[in-house]
Amino acid sequence: MEKAELKQLQVLAAKIRYDVLDMLKHRTYGHLGGSLSIVELMAVLYGKQLHVDPKNPTMEDRDMVVLSKGHCGPAWYSALAEKGYFPKEALYTLNDGGTMLPSHPDRTKTPGVDMTTGSLGQGTSAAVGIALGQKMKGLDRYTYLIVGDGETNEGQCWEAFMYLAGHRVNNCITFIDLNKRQLDGYTKDILYPFDMAEKMKAFGFHVETVKGDDIEAIDNAINNAKAVKDQASCIILDTIKGQGVKYFEDMVSNHSVKFTSQEVNDAADKALAELRAFIEKEEAHV
Amino acid sequence: MFKLVNDRTQKGKELRKVAMETVADVMNTNDKVVMLEADLAGASASGIVQKAHPDRYIQVGIAEANMVGMAAGLSLEGFRPFIHTFAPFASRRVYDQMYLSGAYAFNTINVFGTDPGFTVAANGGTHTSFEDIALYRAIPNVVILDPADATQLAWAVREVAPLDGIHYLRFNRKDVRNLYEPGSTFQIGKAEILKEGKDALIISAGQLLNDALDAAEKLEAEGVSTEVIDLVSIKPLDAETVLKEVAGKKAVITVDNHNIIGGLGSAVSEVLAENGVSVPFKRVGVKDVFGQVGTAAYLQKEFGLTADDMAATIKGLLK
Ligand SMILES: Cc1ncc(C[n+]2csc(CCOP(=O)(O)OP(=O)(O)O)c2C)c(N)n1
Ligand SMILES: [Mg+2]
Repeated sequence: MEKAELKQLQVLAAKIRYDVLDMLKHRTYGHLGGSLSIVELMAVLYGKQLHVDPKNPTMEDRDMVVLSKGHCGPAWYSALAEKGYFPKEALYTLNDGGTMLPSHPDRTKTPGVDMTTGSLGQGTSAAVGIALGQKMKGLDRYTYLIVGDGETNEGQCWEAFMYLAGHRVNNCITFIDLNKRQLDGYTKDILYPFDMAEKMKAFGFHVETVKGDDIEAIDNAINNAKAVKDQASCIILDTIKGQGVKYFEDMVSNHSVKFTSQEVNDAADKALAELRAFIEKEEAHV
Repeated sequence: MFKLVNDRTQKGKELRKVAMETVADVMNTNDKVVMLEADLAGASASGIVQKAHPDRYIQVGIAEANMVGMAAGLSLEGFRPFIHTFAPFASRRVYDQMYLSGAYAFNTINVFGTDPGFTVAANGGTHTSFEDIALYRAIPNVVILDPADATQLAWAVREVAPLDGIHYLRFNRKDVRNLYEPGSTFQIGKAEILKEGKDALIISAGQLLNDALDAAEKLEAEGVSTEVIDLVSIKPLDAETVLKEVAGKKAVITVDNHNIIGGLGSAVSEVLAENGVSVPFKRVGVKDVFGQVGTAAYLQKEFGLTADDMAATIKGLLK
């Protein structure tokens, strides 16, 4: 990846991370941990890989995104706002009565949201159907499916995975956000996951594991997945829940964070200031 | 026997804590009771049970259908499972498992479906259950309880713990206004008259009963004598009390924190129609639309479930 392009994607990631923190702090609560762990993925998708048009969000010939771990809507909304799908001020209306941005993605309310999710597991099957539909219509397009590691507790995920792999659906790229935590704690303590990469391989996927905060590695893995024609692809993102903000990475219970204590708000403010400084510095360069 | 609290403005303990503390307490004397959770202890406070009885607490992960099937299996081994997940997942998401492995196989499962209807608040439309009563009503033998406050919820948990069969309890996780004095007791299959009245009648259940009493007070001030009935046991339903109290009224409404299709209003309508009762009647409830996101107060208003909505509906019937 060109250095300039990498910088640009890093700045986009910083903006998305900033927006997520800013909107949840404004709302005083929200699903922070899992939103932060997919920030770099969102930056690569919306900054580079996706064939989409923010001015024409329902363009027929577009790549589709399904955020099956729907509670992480704030990360998606931030990426969409940064891309100009809707004004950034809308981010402050998260969860307000009548908002276009409900806690969980709703395709009838938000431009750029291709599928409604929130009941974990269900996005996986929808993504299979979308990818098949794209092929049946002769569209040379991709479906990007984002799944939580806790979410893979749901049997429905494995029904969808069996279809994808068994039928070699090569235009659906499945991302598993391996942040090792779910709502009630560590995935290993809840349902021992064994080796997720080996599991997906055993199901028949082309599997690549990358550091989930490494923009270049994510981008390469997507390019590699696109080059694989005879298999379905799965990219495992080795991430940290709360990724990119040390205080929240270390927070014991960071699935849903309340911004009510002084300490949490101070940590958020500090992170916001650092992100702002980084964004301003980098943008001054160009 | 029950007694209403004097001060209905006060909120009680969070209902999740009441439910889980009561389960933990029941487990002290009933070694067959077990608790299953589907990665929502952070929301349900079932950690209370886990802490008190780690050997009878089962964390199944985000796998609600599996949880229901496991509960059925535990029931076959003589255990009495309580399970928790959000109301939509405790109903829609696990329906066939609950129907077949649970009810049809005559197993015992006590279900906590939390944040039903408008109490979903920030979790929004995807997590809203406006149809859980309808779904459970359609399964033979199921008991549906919609407790109004901390006291009635604690009663409900103790009541169902030793019983065989499927018991579905729906309640807000958070704190709600007190309605009953601690120690009040109720009966499955029995409705309670909270306030007598001769002109109008409001039949409801759950936390909306406090709003119904507010509506009744408002109406009284305007000269409309209004009765309020607690239909905590939505199934089996106390048809006898309903028929007796409806007789002679000039306006009857039901109030559902649920779709008007299939809720307690539907159940009451069936009783009235099949008994040839003709009375000015309306179902207050969610008018066959999907859920949304917002604060609980916003949603209660949005879906027309406030005391003002109830009073206005009765006045409309009296016109
Ligand atoms: C069917 C279903 N069950 C339960 C929930 C409640 N819930 C929301 S997020 C979550 C944990 C998700 O963990 P994971 O998939 O690992 O997400 P992440 O760590 O990326 O936030 C749970 C249990 C839900 N949304 N849907
Ligand atoms: Mg996770």
